[in-house]
Amino acid sequence: MFDLQDLYQEVIVDHNRSPRNFGKLETANHVLEGFNPLCGDRLTLYVETDGDIIRNISFDGSGCAISVASASLMTEALKGKHMDEARRLFNEFHDLLTKDNDIDLDTYGKLAALAGVRAYPSRVKCATLCWHTLNAVLQGEQTPVSTE
Amino acid sequence: MNESVAAENLKTMPLDIEQIRRDFPILHQQVNGKPLVYLDNAATAQKPHQVIETVAAYYRLDNANVHRGVHTLSQRATDAYEGAREKVKTFLNAASEQEIVFVRGATEGINLVAQSFGRESLQAGDEILITEMEHHSNIVPWQMLCEQTGATLKYVSINDAGELNLEEFDRLLTDKTRIVALVHISNALGTINPVEAIIRKAHAVGARVLLDGAQAAPHIAVDVQALDCDFYVLSGHKLFAPTGIGVLYGKQSLLESMPPYQGGGDMIKMVSMKKTLYNDLPYKFEAGTPHISGAIGLGAAIDYLNNIGLDRIQQYEHELLEYGSRVLAGIDDLTIKGTAAKKTSILSFVLKGIHPHDIGTILDNEGIAIRAGHHCAMPIMERFGLPATARASLAFYNTREEIDRLAAAIIKCREIFN
Ligand SMILES: Cc1ncc(COP(=O)(O)O)c(C=O)c1O
Repeated sequence: MFDLQDLYQEVIVDHNRSPRNFGKLETANHVLEGFNPLCGDRLTLYVETDGDIIRNISFDGSGCAISVASASLMTEALKGKHMDEARRLFNEFHDLLTKDNDIDLDTYGKLAALAGVRAYPSRVKCATLCWHTLNAVLQGEQTPVSTE
Repeated sequence: MNESVAAENLKTMPLDIEQIRRDFPILHQQVNGKPLVYLDNAATAQKPHQVIETVAAYYRLDNANVHRGVHTLSQRATDAYEGAREKVKTFLNAASEQEIVFVRGATEGINLVAQSFGRESLQAGDEILITEMEHHSNIVPWQMLCEQTGATLKYVSINDAGELNLEEFDRLLTDKTRIVALVHISNALGTINPVEAIIRKAHAVGARVLLDGAQAAPHIAVDVQALDCDFYVLSGHKLFAPTGIGVLYGKQSLLESMPPYQGGGDMIKMVSMKKTLYNDLPYKFEAGTPHISGAIGLGAAIDYLNNIGLDRIQQYEHELLEYGSRVLAGIDDLTIKGTAAKKTSILSFVLKGIHPHDIGTILDNEGIAIRAGHHCAMPIMERFGLPATARASLAFYNTREEIDRLAAAIIKCREIFN
């Protein structure tokens, strides 16, 4: 048995209730949608890049607390970052949710709040939807991202 | 007291739920440290040990292929398989066993009708009328048929309570309508549709009617002759029987006029290199080795339901639904979706500010199984402007105590998020 408080930590409840960087970004030069067909979560990611720097980033859409909080935390973590750094974070976040051992939570900052999702395999896709959408933006893809 | 009076008395006695629960071994376990509360019966129902044992005994004692052996086991397997067909015939009050086709489930039954009856008889300009409250399995096969034939698909809308807009049905039903296909009872809302009137009107314009009875057969008595429907489909696994078995009922004259759905063994009388003579009903539609143990398990499930009595089940579930609706309506920020005047044991709901998936996870942590999502009925979600709902679906083995635990867990969701 897993304690629910590990999944719905305060950070997650807070970012779900008042998501940061929520809403359309008029200055975005990349806009991409992500879907989770299984549960109907859908979000749109707006990214404004300046060369290799993510100048600004926002999202909107609807989803469960895990997917909304994850997107909110992701946008916070990425603003002003170099794209290489964003790629590194994508990989690290993926490890956080899929690998059991050898994770030093301290290096994750606020993103560590999502570590509890590991114990709920059916919810991992909720947490990774925004990151997969971001990854597609970084790779220059135009077609909407689906987690299926 | 003579025996038939005793039997009659038994039929009017309230259900002994404790006794019934003992028939379902799966219910007696802990999930996440709490006694399991299974409220996902619309997705699939649990199996009584009478069904489990019948299937196991078939494999232990009688297993053989059907309709083809001269040996004793094959005869026994055939007798049991055909015996199950007879039970289904009586259960649905069909006129003959020849009208009962074993399929994989409701989905395959609908696809069979679309591809055999529909493909043969529809052409460009014809219309198929369905509703906004259909399961995807009663939408997609008709969309495919429309692509193949040039026919047009029309939808009857629903009102805020989740009932069909019948004036619109009257408007959309024309002499162009060839097929009317609709759900007898909605899996997402619980609405019981007024199918008798719909069938009468559809027949008046010469249309054929298919009823999707996946959610009806487990909850109310179905009489296909009284309904006068042309096709009726159901899924065994929602009727306390194994997965992978279902039933297509079709009026004999229609089934006879329809081409086979699949080709293979069992559906033929004679095959030469040039020509094949198709078998009689219902075998014409049962190509290949069927799901023998599934059919036998379905027969056992029907026996089990008959022993309890669908009338008593319906009465009990109705009381449970009323209790559940009252308890849930008393929770702040909770809205029940699907409030039709006539409905069965489905409680679809949303909680302000909390996504159904989060509700599903928190309830699971309390040992409570519900469904969260679009319930394979995305047009309904669109109609209500919702991405998803949480759905508790009841069966006759559920209790008021379980509803109370559901309510307590929902209140816990609010505590976590507020
Ligand atoms: C109303 C309705 N129709 C059809 C189906 C499809 O049944 P199956 O998947 O068993 O073929 C379902 C199952 O959820 C249902 O609820």
